[in-house]
Amino acid sequence: MTLLAVKELSKTYRQGSPVISNITFDLNKGECLALVGESGSGKSTLARCLLRIEQIDRGKISLNGSALEQLSERQLKPFRKNIQAVFQNPAASLNPKLKIKDALLDPYEQYKSELNLAHFSYPSKEASVNQLLEAVELPTSLADRYPHELSGGQRQRVTIARAISIEPELIILDEPTASLDVISQDAVLRLLTDLRKNLNLSYLFISHDLAAVNQVSQRIMVMKDGQIVDQFEQEHLLAEDRHAYTKELVSTF
Amino acid sequence: MNRFAGRLLKNRKQTIQVGIALIFVVMIFIGIFYAFFILKHDPYLTNLSGRLQSMSLQHPLGTDHLGRDVFTRLLLGGQQTIGYSLLALVTAVSIGVPLGIIAGYKGGIVDRLFMRIADGFLAFPDTIVAIVLVGLLGPSISNLILAIILVKWVNYARLVRSTVLSEAQKEYILIARINGLSAGKIMKKHLFPHIVGHVLVLASLDLGKIILLISAFSYIGLGAQPPMPEWGAMLNDSRAYFQSMPELMFYPGLAIVSVVLITNMLGDYFRDRFDVKKEVNQ
Repeated sequence: MTLLAVKELSKTYRQGSPVISNITFDLNKGECLALVGESGSGKSTLARCLLRIEQIDRGKISLNGSALEQLSERQLKPFRKNIQAVFQNPAASLNPKLKIKDALLDPYEQYKSELNLAHFSYPSKEASVNQLLEAVELPTSLADRYPHELSGGQRQRVTIARAISIEPELIILDEPTASLDVISQDAVLRLLTDLRKNLNLSYLFISHDLAAVNQVSQRIMVMKDGQIVDQFEQEHLLAEDRHAYTKELVSTF
Repeated sequence: MNRFAGRLLKNRKQTIQVGIALIFVVMIFIGIFYAFFILKHDPYLTNLSGRLQSMSLQHPLGTDHLGRDVFTRLLLGGQQTIGYSLLALVTAVSIGVPLGIIAGYKGGIVDRLFMRIADGFLAFPDTIVAIVLVGLLGPSISNLILAIILVKWVNYARLVRSTVLSEAQKEYILIARINGLSAGKIMKKHLFPHIVGHVLVLASLDLGKIILLISAFSYIGLGAQPPMPEWGAMLNDSRAYFQSMPELMFYPGLAIVSVVLITNMLGDYFRDRFDVKKEVNQ
């Protein structure tokens, strides 16, 4: 079943050539779809367009069949709770002035009246925070800390906890492991896969790291100069009929 | 609380300084309240037969050229000077901070309009603007306060705007937007904590400047008008008796100097306390 359908999406910044053009793809419920490409290929711009924090020029975005591309910020609000995001730099993704427990419940406090949660329950603030920290395998003692007292991997787990707290249908992961060391990278990737299965989430996993992509995703899209040049099932990554650019990416690993 | 105390004790010299400053602040407040509740003498009551007396039990700091009790006037003057300075400061901050947050976060036309107005105010040195305004509106303490507010709010607005501008681009603000937080909520919950420290530092350093400004303007006759007891005005009154009774100038002068020193000490302390970079490095 299609969760997110994107059709001919284009975006041009004020001057110059389009950053992304004619992006078309479907994301199915429950899957992890990867988007691979080198830096500057437009991956993050696509993510921001899908999150509607960047204006789009042309194209269609629909979530569960409802068109999002024309909606104003106010009309968008009921859909916002279905899409969450995790960004590359966990240090910038957490407000340095807020304790972990205060940052974690932002989405929940915003949407609590409209949520219908299957996995999490929110009896009290403290219990909710502990429950979320446990879900991402962090000690509950971190609740009272500030972000700068945590390691990079711990911070990224906190942002993941915040993203899953309202059990969204889709999480856009924009290079979630790029700023982590190899060991925390592996741990975070495994955590993400477990969470997806347990909470019935879908991911759009954006990365330049083919190894990471190969580990977590079922389908892979390859992006070059703002266009999707190749799209295939994960097990066909090494097949002969791959696009020349995909082969080039593979050969660098 | 422990971390706060630890940081406080890390620098012993500063702790002593802040301690002294706080003791002075408490003393000033006691003095001002004392003046408020149990005035021994009428600060406005002239007594020409008892003018220019030196210290006595009746008049701890003597009497001035009109026979008024100097100690009472000094306390009441502190009430005026500090009270009006705080009023000017609080008003300037409460105008400047919200405007700065809005301009920095909203950007676009709001920001550009705001910046032009701010540039207009900043094009002139603030003392000049204050003199012109007071000159136009007529010399009085309320016009002086108005002038000070008009020249000071810009500093707060600009400081806050630049902080907000650099924070608003960070991912946590984007995530807050994705989470559907309204602009007002984002400003209150995510941006406001970033500016409290900066504003507190600037405000505590500014308080000294404003006290000096009010005293200076009163000294040249553009601020507090006689017979209102105000430290700058008292200095001016005593000028003619400098040779016969120099202590008449010494008391209000000492009062101004010590209050300004205290606010500067507190300002330095707040600056060190809220220096985030230092905090991360430690």
